[in-house]
Amino acid sequence: MTKTVRSLLFVFVLASIVLAACDAPATPETVTVVETKVVEKIVEVTAQAPAGPVEGTILVDGSSTVAPITAAVAEEFQAEFPEVRVPVGISGTGGGFKKFCVGETDISDASRPIKESETELCKQNGVEYVELPVAFDGLAVLVNPANDFVSCLTKEELKKIWSPEAEGVITNWSQVREGFPDQPLALYGPGVDSGTYDYFTEAIVGKEGSSRGDFLPSEDDNVLVQGIAGDVNALGFFGLAYYEENKDKLKLVAIDNGDGNCVEPNAETVASGTYQPLSRPLFIYVNRARIDQKDEISAFIQFYLQNAGALSAEVGYIPLTDEIYALAQKRYDARVTGSIFEGLGSTVGVSLADLLAKEK
Amino acid sequence: MNGLFANENGRFAPRLSLRLRFGRVFQFLSLAAVTLGLIMLSVLLIDIILDGYKWLRPEFFTEFPSRFPEKSGLRSALQGSLWMISLTALMAFPVGVGAAIYLEEYASDNWFTRLIEINIANLAGVPSIIYGLLGLGLFVRGLELGRSVLAGSMTMALLVLPIIIVSGREAIRAVPQSVRHASLALGATQWQTIQNHVLPYAMPGILTGTILAMSRAIGETAPLITIGALTYIRFDLKGPLDLFTVLPIQIFNWVSLPKAEFQQLAAAGIIVLLAVLLSLNALAIVLRNKLQIRW
Repeated sequence: MTKTVRSLLFVFVLASIVLAACDAPATPETVTVVETKVVEKIVEVTAQAPAGPVEGTILVDGSSTVAPITAAVAEEFQAEFPEVRVPVGISGTGGGFKKFCVGETDISDASRPIKESETELCKQNGVEYVELPVAFDGLAVLVNPANDFVSCLTKEELKKIWSPEAEGVITNWSQVREGFPDQPLALYGPGVDSGTYDYFTEAIVGKEGSSRGDFLPSEDDNVLVQGIAGDVNALGFFGLAYYEENKDKLKLVAIDNGDGNCVEPNAETVASGTYQPLSRPLFIYVNRARIDQKDEISAFIQFYLQNAGALSAEVGYIPLTDEIYALAQKRYDARVTGSIFEGLGSTVGVSLADLLAKEK
Repeated sequence: MNGLFANENGRFAPRLSLRLRFGRVFQFLSLAAVTLGLIMLSVLLIDIILDGYKWLRPEFFTEFPSRFPEKSGLRSALQGSLWMISLTALMAFPVGVGAAIYLEEYASDNWFTRLIEINIANLAGVPSIIYGLLGLGLFVRGLELGRSVLAGSMTMALLVLPIIIVSGREAIRAVPQSVRHASLALGATQWQTIQNHVLPYAMPGILTGTILAMSRAIGETAPLITIGALTYIRFDLKGPLDLFTVLPIQIFNWVSLPKAEFQQLAAAGIIVLLAVLLSLNALAIVLRNKLQIRW
């Protein structure tokens, strides 16, 4: 008995020795790090004093859906202001907020409004933010081109297919609607960690993150494209941008939001809000305190809101109206902090213009 | 099996033709195993080369990633990979070889040494994502290095350290004991013996192990994604504290974009990564042969 205790003790002692030994080689590195940081700070201070040409580093992280837009803006911005470095990280909307709310990043990309729990984390760390819409994204529902019986589905039918109760029960197209043929139903969708999945479940099932589990998930939308293109029984959903690039391999399904009108997603229907409930706004969140510390952020945001329209269309998203971009710029100029959604998370069927206008 | 070689009386029966046939079947199975692997590999390689070769032009190396496939390149990723691999080698090589020398030449065979050995062997089998989490907690947040190439290199150095130690020990152990004895008998100290005789003799093996470890580090993605290197970067890397991205992550990023041209860019990126890997391996072979001539 005492022997076991003693050997256990030895293990602990040893572990600490090994750890201490591991630390040793790292020490010289730490020293240089501290030195370099000090130097960088001095550079920053001297750069800010004359308020001359814009330079510095703007740290951006967050949603993989918004990243292509921010990356495009960053590309053009850095062409104009070569002294400013804008690295755009991709760690998902949730992962982005985790870093943003502890002050690790200046700007966070988000494919849904900030959640209550994230607002709380920001508050704890004294991080205030300015929320700005930058574009719309439409979620497309798709079937295989060989599918000749589906051209439009109602929201209720989609709910019937995707709700958690459907797991193992709704397995045949004939169960979806009277008159659909007796064919097995194969489902494809983005992985459960994505903002796209969050939004779809919120909009269709009515509860964020709640759906049947027996569908084929992939974090890579190109895999979903391949899956639906190769399976005549397939039904799936993902961002409209991926459909635009693969029109010949997929068949788009129009959505009836319960009023009897079948609406196909495209630039007009998404931007006007008639394609419901599967269109959503995309956002960036700017750290309020950093705006005053780093002049380059204001230059970047102004550039962003001026060019987001053209650039988001180029990378496959749908621009907001000029009116909304103007409202967003006004919101930024006034440094309005907080979320217009007040921590609701994924919110379905809202008009950005209404929300922004109401706030003034 | 014994029944096969016994006749009805329980005596040994040669059955030579049957045994030879068995041998031939096994030979065929082994050959099939090799061919299967090679066919798979060549299908993958040919597919990737066909997809990507036309994108391998000078701009691919001098341009930053862009939203336009034709203007996209892997300048920042290539820089990141080279920085990371150099820093990793700088940190992991001295520590790894030092540990190997200590364990082989100095440490006496007691429970302490055995415990270290077991730990090193276990570390070599730890999934790489765990090192990523360690790097995130220890280097990115703990030492506040941020998502810098230095933090990434330190994580990678930890990841490859066990490999370098194990291969270094193998190489040192292969040095004949008589060499050490001869040196010590002539009055050299233990360090002089190690410095002048053991290390030069073991160096080809140590270098081979190190370069293979580097090849692993340059292809690793998971730990770097964990520490946040999945980043779109359009500027040159200037120092060890800069944010960075690496080749495998750039490839991963391209694969996930909707435009079909980016899939081809990813293929071209894979060709570059393979070329870097193969040249590292070739370097290992050249170094081994070159250094071996002296002995």
